[in-house]
Order: sequence, then structure tokens, then C-alpha cells
Amino acid sequence: MDLKLRQADLEFQAQVREFIDAHWPQRVRGDAEAALEYSGVSTPAQRQWFDALAARGWSVPNWPVEFGGTGWSPTQHYIWDRETARARCPQMSPFGARMLAPVLYTWGTKEQRARHLPPIREARVQWCQGYSEPGAGSDLAALSTRAVRDGDHYVVNGAKTWTSSAHHADWMFCLVRTDPSAAKKQEGISFVLVDMKTPGIEVRPILILGEQHTVNSVTLTDVRVPVANRIGEENRGWTYAKGLLTHERTGIAGVARSQMQIARLKTVATETLRDGERLIDSPSFKRKIDEVEIELMALEVTELRTLASVEQGGAPGPESSILKIRGTEIGQRISDLMIEAYGYYGLPYPQQRLIDNEGPIGPEHAVAALKEMLFGRASSIFGGSNEIQKNIISKAVLGL
Amino acid sequence: MDFSFSDEQSLLKDSVERFIQNDYAFDARQKLVKSEPGFSSKNWRTFAELGWLGVPFAESDGGFGGGPIETMLIMEQFGRGLVVEPFVPTVVLAGGMIRLAGNRSQKEKYLARIVDGSLQGAFAFAEPQGRFNLADLTTTATKTDGGYVLNGHKAVVVNGPSADVLVVSARTSGQQRSRSGITLFLVEKGAVGITRRDYPTVDALRASEVHLDNVAVPKSAVLGRVGKGIDVIEQAIDEATLAIGAEAVGCMEVLYKATVEYCKTRVQFGQPIGKFQVLQHRMVDMFMEYEQSKSLMFMAAMRLAEGYGPEAQKAVSAFKVQVGKSGRFVGQNAVQLHGGMGMTEELSVGHYFKRLTMIDTMFGNVDHHLKRFGSL
Repeated sequence: MDLKLRQADLEFQAQVREFIDAHWPQRVRGDAEAALEYSGVSTPAQRQWFDALAARGWSVPNWPVEFGGTGWSPTQHYIWDRETARARCPQMSPFGARMLAPVLYTWGTKEQRARHLPPIREARVQWCQGYSEPGAGSDLAALSTRAVRDGDHYVVNGAKTWTSSAHHADWMFCLVRTDPSAAKKQEGISFVLVDMKTPGIEVRPILILGEQHTVNSVTLTDVRVPVANRIGEENRGWTYAKGLLTHERTGIAGVARSQMQIARLKTVATETLRDGERLIDSPSFKRKIDEVEIELMALEVTELRTLASVEQGGAPGPESSILKIRGTEIGQRISDLMIEAYGYYGLPYPQQRLIDNEGPIGPEHAVAALKEMLFGRASSIFGGSNEIQKNIISKAVLGL
Repeated sequence: MDFSFSDEQSLLKDSVERFIQNDYAFDARQKLVKSEPGFSSKNWRTFAELGWLGVPFAESDGGFGGGPIETMLIMEQFGRGLVVEPFVPTVVLAGGMIRLAGNRSQKEKYLARIVDGSLQGAFAFAEPQGRFNLADLTTTATKTDGGYVLNGHKAVVVNGPSADVLVVSARTSGQQRSRSGITLFLVEKGAVGITRRDYPTVDALRASEVHLDNVAVPKSAVLGRVGKGIDVIEQAIDEATLAIGAEAVGCMEVLYKATVEYCKTRVQFGQPIGKFQVLQHRMVDMFMEYEQSKSLMFMAAMRLAEGYGPEAQKAVSAFKVQVGKSGRFVGQNAVQLHGGMGMTEELSVGHYFKRLTMIDTMFGNVDHHLKRFGSL
């Protein structure tokens, strides 16, 4: 039992740093805040980064080796996550790489895998997730989007909501009801892949706090989806969707990202004055930083324990279930402290046009921190709210 | 990076775990703490026979060459059993300081007897005015021809009543809170000029107020270097902090699991109270506090095992902060969810709660360790 990196791991770390310096050099890293948000592939530098990853075989480290994963040890994954977060490297959109891919390589047909996995791996296709509906949020199994068989197609009618990235997406993986008369609402749901160019799909933006456009409502009117685009068996979609929840535990806690944010918070608190002294020298403020830093240290080890148990036995231990809850709580806490540190300059929220013309109002990164704080409130809601996570732990771990 | 235990470590953990399960029933423990000397000499002999008392000492000193990770493994199990035998005062503190600073003859004289179970120790470090500052000392050691004369009042010396040898921190020079000028002394039980007022603590341990009134000790009683005691003290206290923190993690595991079991069986409003979501989420919070504490326990143990320095100090303080907060949360909510039964002396729950609460105070509470963490 020890925390030391082995010689081989130190060599791997050096390789990773060299790779990052070559393909995501200092000059393109931009400011800390801008790069912390997922920005997809929108600049040439980002395109080059994802191409370099694909060429090196490092695009999707978590996938099984046969589908293009790296077969890294947990320690290597940890090093990779930490180094890419530190260098503020672009992150691959999670919808294809982390959420759909495990379903595809576990339950997809040979044809489905061959068609969809390579473009995800190369970051050439954007996926979105058609799960939530106006009447089915935390109670996802209550979804009512209906798919009726018509020859080789399903005809899909219904509405999806809170659909992140739908306005950029080429494809949507979608839960639809194929058997409304099933005894249990979890039965009678199918998992289908929908081409967003199919006639009958309408995407409308929903502006979230801070007037940010990340989520959408998606209505489906007589959308014809080939039966060949169904994953697995009809009416078994819930099982596949649930199965992916147990995959992909690493990174869910956002530890490396939160570490970056704490470093940033300390810088802000060093540059800000209170009563003529640095804010970071105020015991009451310093205490708040230290408290969240300790929580984060604990979470980092909890994540490492999870990685280690996956390496040994294949299944994450019960401690893995707390990663999402604590990870989001910590991220939100840091964001709060950041705004607290900015004082009055945590108030201005000018339009981008105003910033572009005359430069920032107050400290340079304050607006980005506000966006981060506002957007961060979603982290404890999406992907199963933290209250739902507690229900899951209560049932699955505590047996209540 | 490696979170697995060696074969020897697994064997050690299993052996302590078996003892707790088979030979440390709560009822027997309750009889024990009401008797004299407040723990079982038979158990202590068993600890010696099983080799546990020699775990942290070098093989050349008659020990088994273990370290912080082995201590952690033992103490976590001791926490599950609410063990009252004075392992921390004797082995981790007194034994630890002799291991760290003792000369050859001191090691020969004391360590072998600690390992074979025939010698009890305690560390008299706290003083009434000093709170958690290890350097805030008014106890003085004045040099004489043959040695030193000690005067002062040492507070809440855990295992004071049974200790055959006390390690006493005293000021040989410097101002009251100066880090330099502190010297450690080995003071034998029965030394002339020592008076003790013995009492039980709320968490069923035994402790003493120790008054030193012109206690003459020979030069050979000096442990480590004159005036340089603080470094030894800090390391030994940090190792002991890991030990009682691991004990707290064991306590928390028992409490969250016992609470879950109780809520599955206690029926109110026609159903087990564990069906109520407000209680379910509380228990999930207890579980998460336990796991987060356990993570920092591993971190603190591994950092200490790597070597003593600021990284290890920081990890220990982070762990103690976590244990202080989590221990309170888990302890208080275990009592709360057990309702009236949680308030009774009869049920073990309240006793774990008491121990967890006192562990927060011991060797510095959340406030103290947060401040230390921030300064490192």
C-alpha cells in the first residue's frame, strides 16, 4: 500500500506531458475558465488535438482495447486525467464517448459498432441523449415518447427535453416506448439511434441561467427510425440504459478539474484585498478554502480506491457511488467561493459584445466564473439528481 | 500507486478482526470498564502473544518491523470493538517516542518489555493552559548535578493510572510557547514527588492529572536531544492521530451499519422506519462520511509510511479534520436514528458516539487541524 508512482508510471507521465506540449501547446490553451467548459470541436487547434489523439490511439482510454481503448492501468488513467485537466485540454463530448459507446460495444450488433464507434473515437460526430421528457425527469421510466412499428421502421412521436448539445448533434440515442401495455413501466422501452436529419425532428433552444444555450427541447413528429437502429432486443432498452450507469466511473468526480479550480480560487483570493490585506490571509476565508480542499483530497483517494478495485476485481466497490454526489457538491462549493472572492465584481454580467469592445468590467475572469457558478448548479441535477443518487445508494448499497 | 495489503498485513488485519468478533463482546467490555484497572490484563497478554504490541518496532528492538499502515489496520479493528486496552498510550506514544528518540540502553530497557506486555506507558504532554499547542509548556526541568528536577502539572494523561513509565515533556529553556527548549523525560512510576489524581474519561478510558513536585530524574532519563523534543513529540502525536483516527473509522463503520440494521427492523406507522426517505438519505450521508474518512485514513497512513515531513503532516491534519466532522455526524445521527434506545447506556451505539466525540478533541480538534492544514 503506497501512493508512489512507479518508474514505469513516471515514464508514462513524461510521455503524456510531452504529447500534450506537442499537440495542445501553451499558446492555444487560452484562459483557464474558457477551456474548463466543454467546447467540443470548434477551433482548428481542437481539431488538431483530437486528430493527434486518434493517431496516437489515446482518444477513448476507457474503452476496451478491441474497440480502440488503451488498456491503461488505473494509475495511468489517473495520470492522464490529471495531466489533461492541468493543461486544460479539450474534453471529448461525453455523450458519444462515455455514455453511448459502452452500450454499443456491450449490446450493439457488429454493424452498429462498425458504423458508430469509429466516428465517436475520432470526435467526428456529435451525439445527444434523448432521455428526459417533460413528464419524465427523475422518474425516467415514466417516459411516453411512443415508437410504433411500421414495416422496417418505427414511427416515433413525442417530446424530449433538457437535451444537451441537440443543436450541434448529428445523432441522438433515445429511449422510446414500444409496448405501452407492459406490466411494469420499465418494461416496454426500447433503445434506438436516431439520425437528427430525419424529417419530423424539431430542436428548440431552452436558455438556462446566465442566458446560456446548452440544452434544448426536441419534438419528434412521425419520425421514421429504421428498426436496424435499435440496440438489442425490443422492450429491453431500460436494461441497456441502466447498464451504462455502472460503466465509466472514472472522471465522474471531476477531481482534477476541481483541483484546477481551487488553484484558480487561491490566485483570485491572493489578488483580492480585504481591509487592505490579501483575502487569502483572512482566516475565515482561508478556512473555507481549506475545508473544501480537504473534502477534495478525500474524494481523490475515494476515486483512486474505486480505480484500484476495478483493476483487481472488475467491479467498483460501494465507495464509487459517492463520487458523483460529492464531486458535484465540491465543484459547486468552489464556484460559490470564487464568486464570494470577487466581491462586488461578482455582480456584473455584461453581454459578450460589451466585453469584446471595451474589455472586461472588473477582473478578467469574473464573468466566466459567474457562468461557471450558474451552469454548475445543473451538475447536481443532471445524470440523475443527487437525491436520486442517494435513493440508489440507499437501495443498492445499504439495502434499505 | 497501490491500495492492496501485503500478505502479512492481511494476516494481521484478519487476526485482530477475529479477536474482536470472537473475544471482545460488548457486554464483557462494559464489565471491564467498571472494574480495575479499567481494561483486561488477560487481553493485554493476548495482544502480546499475538505480536500486536511489537508491530511498530524494528526487528532489532524485538518488534516486527511494521509501520503506520500496520498500526492503522490494528486500530481500525480496535475501533470496531471499542477496545479500551491502552495500545495508543503504551505502544504508539510512549513506545513510539522511545523508538524515535531513544538511545540503545533506553530501547533495550523499555521496548522489549512493551513488546512482551509487561510494561505500560503514557505520554504526559498536555497542560491545563496549553490546549492543543504541544509547545505551550510551563512544566520545567531544571538541570542539577546528576540530572534534572521536574516541576509542573500535566493534564488528562490517558493511561496515567496504569503507566509504569511516563514520557514527560518539559521546558529546559525558552519562553512558554517556544518550540525550542523542550526536552522529553522518562519518569518511572513511583518517582518521588509525583502525585496523581486518577479518573475515568467519558469514553471509558482512564486518565490522570499528574503533578510533578521537585521530581528528581537522572541524566539517563533524558529521551532524545535536550531542547529538541518538539520534533519527536510532533511525529509521535501525528502517528497517534492516525491511530485514533483509524479507530474512529472503525467506530463509524459499526455505527452506520448498526443504524441501517435497526431502521430495517424498527416498525412505526406500520412499516420499517428505513422505508422513510428522510432517514434513508441521512444514512446515505453517514455512509459517505465513513467512506470519505476511510479514504483520508489510507492517505495519511501512506504519507506517514513514505517518511515524516510536511506532506505527512498535512495528510494527518486533513484526516483529523475529516474524522472530527464525520465522527460527529455519524455518531450523533446514529443516536438520533436509534431514537430513545440510542440514548441508553445499555445499547452500544451511545458508547461509540461518546468515543467518536472524544476522538475529535484528542490531539487537536477540527479547528486546530484546519489551522494547521492551512499553515503547511
